[in-house]
Amino acid sequence: MQSGNLSESGTAVVPDFSHKLGGVMGNGSVLQTRGGKKDFGDIAFTWLVRVVAMLVLLTLLGIILALVWASLPTIKALGFSFLYTKEWNPPMDHYGAVIPIYGTLVTSVIALVIAVPVSFGIALFLTELAPVWIRRSLGTAIELLAAIPSIVYGMWGLLVFAPVFAKYGQPAIAATLGKVPVIGSLFSGPAMGIGLLTAGIILAIMIIPFIAAVMRDVFEITPPMLKESAYGLGCTTWEVIWGVVLPYSKVGAVGGVMLGLGRALGETMAVTFVIGNTNFLSSPSLFMPGNSITSAVANEFAEASPGLHTAALMELSLVLFVITLIVLMISKWFLARMSKMEK
Amino acid sequence: MKLRTRRKLTNGVALFLSMAAMAFGLFWLAWILFTVLSQGLGGISINTFTQLTPPPGEMNGGLRNALAGSALLVVISTLIGTPIGILVGIYLAEYGRNSWMANLTRYVNDLLLSAPSIVIGLFVWIALIYTHVAGYSGWAGIIALSLIMIPVVVRTTENMLMLVPGSLREAAYALGASRRVVIMQVLLRAAKSGVVTGILLAIARIAGETAPLLFTALSNQFWNSDLTKPIANLPVTINNFAMSPFVEWQKIAWAGVLIMTVSVLVLNIVARIFFKQEKIG
Repeated sequence: MQSGNLSESGTAVVPDFSHKLGGVMGNGSVLQTRGGKKDFGDIAFTWLVRVVAMLVLLTLLGIILALVWASLPTIKALGFSFLYTKEWNPPMDHYGAVIPIYGTLVTSVIALVIAVPVSFGIALFLTELAPVWIRRSLGTAIELLAAIPSIVYGMWGLLVFAPVFAKYGQPAIAATLGKVPVIGSLFSGPAMGIGLLTAGIILAIMIIPFIAAVMRDVFEITPPMLKESAYGLGCTTWEVIWGVVLPYSKVGAVGGVMLGLGRALGETMAVTFVIGNTNFLSSPSLFMPGNSITSAVANEFAEASPGLHTAALMELSLVLFVITLIVLMISKWFLARMSKMEK
Repeated sequence: MKLRTRRKLTNGVALFLSMAAMAFGLFWLAWILFTVLSQGLGGISINTFTQLTPPPGEMNGGLRNALAGSALLVVISTLIGTPIGILVGIYLAEYGRNSWMANLTRYVNDLLLSAPSIVIGLFVWIALIYTHVAGYSGWAGIIALSLIMIPVVVRTTENMLMLVPGSLREAAYALGASRRVVIMQVLLRAAKSGVVTGILLAIARIAGETAPLLFTALSNQFWNSDLTKPIANLPVTINNFAMSPFVEWQKIAWAGVLIMTVSVLVLNIVARIFFKQEKIG
């Protein structure tokens, strides 16, 4: 979707003579003046777009500075202990971020474990299997999953999915995966419907369209010659995918997975509805309710008194933003490597 | 087992799983849409559009103030976010191109595109409300929604301007048009359908945003068109009512979910159809 595989093609057409002319913009087109005179309106417009473009940079800078500033009280009072202590007790002014951070990471990992293979299957279906006439509508249907507002996922998850999951899903999982030796303890305990696992599953549904769209785009740019050669040697469709398409496009596919992860980490409303919102975590079971960074902030913000509690929520958001930015940067790095291969 | 049989079997299993993955994706879409339709149609009535949201203790009511408030927020955010987004897109495609400044702006814009919307809401909260510059208000909500919208418009505008053939630029310049005229009257016009698609998708995105409004616009149980005060809006109202223990309030929330989901999906589908038609034509 955002990989921009078409976007670069338009630029090459206009030759860049700016180095010969030393134009006002330095890198624009040869024709930026009219009859040798500089048009005042043009100069004003140039400055307008440049100043407005600065807004984008200022927004990111502003977000980081604002979050750091607003979390200074807890940074000063608690230092690094904020990041590794477990107790979150606003009346006593104890703030440890381990449980929300754990919840955010665990639900995102669950989401990836489910969403990555499913998205791969969907991308494979859309690029290799589905008849051409149906590809567009099926692709749009999957993309619509990304369009549904997250609060709708939240309400559906809490009122419709969670009861069904508690009644049929969790007992079934406990009876199968719960019996497997090492990972069994992850799937034990009372089936309440809400909890870390439920949040992870709903996140998976929400990020599937993002990962699938990127995977589809990168699968499609595999040179047909490579695929045809493999088919010509007698490979099956699966062998072509696994042996030719995936190795060629794996860099881009990883970029798509990281993009999905970035989305999962920052998702708020859907998680807040179903995660259970508790800051106590005594068992490793994924059936247990927990808290994520976003759900802690969304839930406690309204009641938080000014001072350390609010600052602690801001510091939580700062941690989230930093993690998300790193993940998105890794994603961009992979996708940039992919589009270099394209050329 | 013979090698050939094994390979065919592997292939069959893999292709079956791929179809199953597709069905898995469509299954959730169908289930969610079915829930939204059945619960929403059960909750929606003429009262939804004529009554205000019920105060505590009152069971019956509608969403009139929330619908109007949301419409107001989305329209004004669009009026602010769209021109800014288009100007940045123009800068990236027509002025900056591959300069380090443009590359940095493009990079940062892509980060903002996927940044958690809750963080954008908190940023506006810190910048306006924490600093006592302004209170919880419609304007704070509008700023947050505009900030979410801008990256979407920037990305599509830039992509669409890049698709305009260079020969069109050359032809316009050759007629003596100034750069500004070329961009505003030739290039933007040529890229119109794509740019409009981007705007529609951006509107669809902010129409359902809840988290940033929790920290900025809050909610309001009364009719209010004063943007300097907290204002009722659909997402926050749904959030408050969905969590309530009263079935009547949940019904109102479902009606809101139906209206919101249908608008967002229609916007998405219209955007796609619009783009497809213009491209062929």
